[in-house]
Amino acid sequence: MSTTETPAPGIGPVEGESLYTVDNPAPLIEAPRQRTKKTPKSTRGNFEMAAWLFMRLSGIVLVVLVIGHLLIQLVLDGGVSKIGFAFVAGRWASPFWQVWDLLMLWLAMLHGANGLRTVINDYAERADTRLWLKGLLYTATVFTILLGTLVIFTFDPNIR
Amino acid sequence: MATPVLDKVEAEAAESPYITVTFRIRRFNPEVSADAVWEDFHLEIDPKERVLDGLHKIKWDLDGTLTFRRSCAHGICGSDAMRINGKNRLACKTLIKDINPEKPITVEPIKGLTVLKDLVVDMEPFFQAYRDVMPFLITKDTNEPTRERLQSSEDRERFDDTTKCILCAACTSSCPVFWNDGQYFGPAAIVNAHRFIFDSRDEAAEQRLEILNDRDGVWRCRTTFNCTDACPRGIEVTKAIAEVKKALITRRY
Ligand code: HEM
Ligand code: SF4
Ligand code: FES
Repeated sequence: MSTTETPAPGIGPVEGESLYTVDNPAPLIEAPRQRTKKTPKSTRGNFEMAAWLFMRLSGIVLVVLVIGHLLIQLVLDGGVSKIGFAFVAGRWASPFWQVWDLLMLWLAMLHGANGLRTVINDYAERADTRLWLKGLLYTATVFTILLGTLVIFTFDPNIR
Repeated sequence: MATPVLDKVEAEAAESPYITVTFRIRRFNPEVSADAVWEDFHLEIDPKERVLDGLHKIKWDLDGTLTFRRSCAHGICGSDAMRINGKNRLACKTLIKDINPEKPITVEPIKGLTVLKDLVVDMEPFFQAYRDVMPFLITKDTNEPTRERLQSSEDRERFDDTTKCILCAACTSSCPVFWNDGQYFGPAAIVNAHRFIFDSRDEAAEQRLEILNDRDGVWRCRTTFNCTDACPRGIEVTKAIAEVKKALITRRY
């Protein structure tokens, strides 16, 4: 402390050396993120509500579809050993199983994708990171849904 | 019948209730260092005293630069929520004997809000979310308080739990969704919206529901129950949030 001023009575000298002066001020603590005029106004709408409801409703349907799927594929009638081209071809000959698998594909993919969207929103902190991760997620989801749908509809049991 | 010897031993034990407790405090002073550091203080203290008494002892007798908020010291004002042994609590409602004084007691500022100094955080984003839900009575025609607004005891009971909030921010700052980017309204704002949404005298429930239907509103809640665990008033916070979600769905469809 280079000051020679005598402090007012009752006030002792400041303990320790201060790192900062008028020319070298203490670091500014960034203002926390607030809802300012710049933050988008259109953050309301029923999308988040629909997504929330969809997670629960698709979950209920998935319980039936997925458990049924696992039973048929892995447990009943000889378990995994029976699965082969012929087994898949046999099942997809029936429109019932086509619809079952199509529904399972769409619901599981949309449910999983929306779940991961939530995870990204909850964990990615920077706007850039979010954008990239979601871009990757949506691309993968659309690709998988389209490819799966294409296969279910164009499956040819006589393929060589 | 106790023997005289035992009496004496007991009396001696009763004479000195003091034990040595280590307070491990997260210190931060932007004028000294950009980093926060842990600092240990050793105190002789009666374990039946509260963490707040320990902090007072440190501030008054050991290190006057220790900075924290407190006002009422009796669990009413909500200014001394802090993270004690990793859990959000009011320092004035936490007895030292209840949080294992054998080990160092860690005291940190609540998470998710900017630390200004030591245990003091910037509460502005928290109060911003609170103001956003319009936490005051709104009526359509008669705004002047001309006479008492009557209500049946059942109607009062409907939102009784959420009237107990003291705005300490223990819940909001325990929520992992709030930690992420601080944009989520947070449990406390929803609790205080709930207090009016389910009040039969209030007429702006629809507006408040619309506000909480936001991208960063109730739908970001992941039902982790951290808020219910943290609330020093014992409010069933997660349940209140669920009731708001339910109202949003049932009032529309
Ligand atoms: C078997 C029946 C299923 C049920 C009942 C179910 C139910 C749910 C529910 C209710 C949520 C929302 C949780 C929340 O909002 O906090 C959820 C989240 C999620 N689900 Fe499912 N689900 C099922 C199957 C699946 C499948 C097959 C997948 C993968 C394709 C999946 C992937 C996810 C993911 C990634 C999340 C996000 C996790 C999170 O929010 O923490 N789920 N599930
Ligand atoms: S709900 Fe409980 S924890 Fe949250 S601000 Fe109110 S009193 Fe504090
Ligand atoms: S000091 Fe008022 S609530 Fe603890």
